Amino acid sequence: MSGARDWEANSPERLYVITGGRSGSSVPATLDLVTLIVAKSGPRHGMQPEHAAIIRLCQSPLSVAEISAYTGLPVSVVTVLLSDLLRDEKVMARAPVQAARLPDRALIEAVIDGLQKL
Amino acid sequence: MDFRSSEQALGPRSEDALPATATAAVKVVIVGGFGVGKTTLVGSVSEIRPLTTEETMTQAGIGVDDTLGVERKATTTVAMDFGRISVNDELVLYLFGTPGQQRFWFLWRGLFEGALGAVVLVDTRRLEVSFDVIGRLEERGVPFIVAVNTFPDAPVYPVEEIRGALDLPESVPIVECDARLRDSSRDVLMTLMRYLQSLAVPAGAS
Ligand SMILES: Nc1nc2c(ncn2[C@@H]2O[C@H](COP(=O)(O)OP(=O)(O)O)[C@@H](O)[C@H]2O)c(=O)[nH]1
Ligand SMILES: [Mg+2]
Repeated sequence: MSGARDWEANSPERLYVITGGRSGSSVPATLDLVTLIVAKSGPRHGMQPEHAAIIRLCQSPLSVAEISAYTGLPVSVVTVLLSDLLRDEKVMARAPVQAARLPDRALIEAVIDGLQKL
Repeated sequence: MDFRSSEQALGPRSEDALPATATAAVKVVIVGGFGVGKTTLVGSVSEIRPLTTEETMTQAGIGVDDTLGVERKATTTVAMDFGRISVNDELVLYLFGTPGQQRFWFLWRGLFEGALGAVVLVDTRRLEVSFDVIGRLEERGVPFIVAVNTFPDAPVYPVEEIRGALDLPESVPIVECDARLRDSSRDVLMTLMRYLQSLAVPAGAS
C-alpha cells in the first residue's frame, strides 16, 4: 500500500492524478458510505497502485468509508476508483439498506436485537 | 501534517475483518459541536477502533497551475470519525460522528441519505450549537433523538427544561449519557432505535 501512502498530502494535484481528473459526479449513485465492497479476485500486476490497494483491502467485505480510512483517500476519490473496479468487475458492491420514508420494522428490530447482545 | 498510523494504513487487523456473510449495512449519524463527545461515544460502542475519513472542501478555482494543467483550488480538509457494530452475521451498523456547525453541512449530503436516524449530542454549557443542527434535521426529515452528554462541570437541567430550550416536541426522546461508557452509549442507540420503531408503527395500529 505504499503507493497510496507515500504522497504526503491529499493535494488537489495528487487527487487529480489518481482519478485521471474525474470527479465524484461521474460515479454511479449506488455507492454510499456504507456500501460494502468485496473483491472478486486478488490484485493483478500492472494495476494502478490505488486499485490494487483497494482490492487487497476488500478480500473481506469492507465499507466505502473504511476503504477511505485505510487508504487515506477522500471518499470522493475512493468512489471514482471503485467505479473503475466495478466496471471492470474486479469488485462487487453490496448496496446499503436504504431507510424507507418510514423505517423498516424488521430492520430496526434486528438492530435492537444486536444492540441488546453488546 | 496529519499522518495516518501505520496500523491504519495497512488495513483492518484480521480480527476486524467482517465475515463474508456480511451483506447489508446501515448507518446512524452522531452530530454535535466540537468536544461534545462524538468520537468518545462512537469509540465506546464500536467493535473497531474509530477510523477517520477525510473529505476536502474545495473553494472554486484560484488561478491555474500551468505545469499540470490543474486548476489550483483552495482546499480545507474535514475529518469524520466512524465506528462499526456487527448487528448479526449479515447486518452491520456504522456510526458516523460529524460536526454540527453549519460550515460542515456540505459533508451531510452523502451522510444522511439513507441513514436510519441521528443522535444530536449536546453539552448543556453550549446548547446553542444544537439549534441549527436540529432545525436542519427537521427540515430534511431525518428522525433524531437528543443525548445530553454529562460532563462533571456542566450545569444539570431537568430534561423538560432542555426540551424547552431546544424547542422540541414531546415526541422526541431526550436522554442523558456518559459517552465514555459503553452501556450508556449503547442505551443512547437503543433509545434511537425504539423511537424509530415507534415511528414505524402506523398511527392507530398496535
Ligand atoms: N467527563 C466526561 N468527559 C467526556 C465525556 N465524553 C467525552 N469526554 C471528553 O471530552 C473530550 C472531547 O470528546 P470527543 O469525543 O473528542 O468530542 P468530539 O469533538 O465531539 O468528537 C475528550 O477529552 C473526552 O475524553 C463524558 O461523557 N464525560
Ligand atoms: Mg471528534
